[in-house]
Amino acid sequence: MKNFGFNVQPDHAIDFDRNDKRIMAYIAIHEPSVNLCIGCGSCTGTCTAGHFTTYNIRRLHTLMRRGETSLLKQEIKKCMFCGKCQLVCPRGVNLRNVILRINRAIEQIG
Amino acid sequence: MLNNPRILIIGAGIAGLATAGALAANGFEVVVAEKENQTGGHLRKWDRLFPSRRPGEEVVGYLDNNLKGMVDIKLGVTVRDIIRNGNGFLVRLSDHTPISADAVVVATGFQVFDAHKKEEYGYGIYENVITSADLESLFKEGKKLTTSQGKHPGRVGIIHCVGSRDEKVGNLYCSKVCCVTGVKQAIEIREQLPECEVFSFYMDLRMYDRHFEELYFEAQQQWGVNFIRGRLSECSENPDHSILLKTEDTLTGRPLRMHVDMVVLLVGFVPAPGTREIAKMLGLQVGPDGFLNSLDEHFDDNATTVPGVFIAGAVKGPATVANTIADARATAQQITSWLKTKI
Repeated sequence: MKNFGFNVQPDHAIDFDRNDKRIMAYIAIHEPSVNLCIGCGSCTGTCTAGHFTTYNIRRLHTLMRRGETSLLKQEIKKCMFCGKCQLVCPRGVNLRNVILRINRAIEQIG
Repeated sequence: MLNNPRILIIGAGIAGLATAGALAANGFEVVVAEKENQTGGHLRKWDRLFPSRRPGEEVVGYLDNNLKGMVDIKLGVTVRDIIRNGNGFLVRLSDHTPISADAVVVATGFQVFDAHKKEEYGYGIYENVITSADLESLFKEGKKLTTSQGKHPGRVGIIHCVGSRDEKVGNLYCSKVCCVTGVKQAIEIREQLPECEVFSFYMDLRMYDRHFEELYFEAQQQWGVNFIRGRLSECSENPDHSILLKTEDTLTGRPLRMHVDMVVLLVGFVPAPGTREIAKMLGLQVGPDGFLNSLDEHFDDNATTVPGVFIAGAVKGPATVANTIADARATAQQITSWLKTKI
């Protein structure tokens, strides 16, 4: 094959139609408060893990919602389960259970 | 129509005053009962109004002048009890004055949210954390913003949605007016202290009414106010009494730390404690947010489920001064029509 000197890059856009949104569907059933998030960032602002690593719980939640699961699987391991995010959430999202359930969903779905 | 109908208005804030003025202009006998020793409610303590920056005092003065001795205002009294008296009401005030009235207007207004309840923001704990109401009092006294160490702040953080849109304090509703108040106060800080940087921390900026968005535009263009999209998670105090803010800068997706010399908390509306008592006496419907429900939000928004009892202003929920005056006038109109149907 002729080498043109460049590669076809993977699409940077979120391919919403093709993405696997099963984790989000599972969480929505088992912890429906997840749907109340308004993306204010209070959780991330107070998160200890987030101050030292790339962990961003607000962003992870949105990635999960869009079906961007590969990053979710990697990042969720950084949570220390301290629950401070839940204490500051103005919407009353049960974040510890959300994280617990994400881990369980990852175990089940693989 | 009844002969010489009398209307009792509970509360002489701007809703009560505007209702009284409109009813008196229609020729009715009006009595206003007010628990404080002056009329005007919260507006007496407010320096200037958004978006025009008209002095609050000017609005109260206008409403007061409108009454021109036509209305009997009883200051420093509360309502002891209210009983049905035929088609009307018999009201006993705390000074034992009995008042018979054909209609009652509940205009008991609101209170500002008690910022002590958001302990993580440090109000009442850290010296340089104040509320928007404190700042307004300071402006009213003609003072410049000063830290507890007696210096003008070099950087101020303005925190939106304190006590509003917050499940943790039990207030899910938006207080509507804080966003634009925050923008107004940011401009005023920049006006009086041009060297001071101002950062506003917000979830959403709700510039919903006419001229609000333009004020936001002016704050950015003319005054260089900075806006960071992230709700404040917590504050802590440094040994020099400056404040460390912790939030997420959601637009970069990273946690953000910032030192400021002062913090202004934009406190929202909560129902006035007296409202619940009056509602109980009259059997009025209280919404889950603690504000009063009207008979019908579209067609009878100033009447209640109890015939002869009407509501006006912020007793129905957060409202601007302009909306409150318009609502009070609507209440007066609705009472006038209702009295005409009575024999």
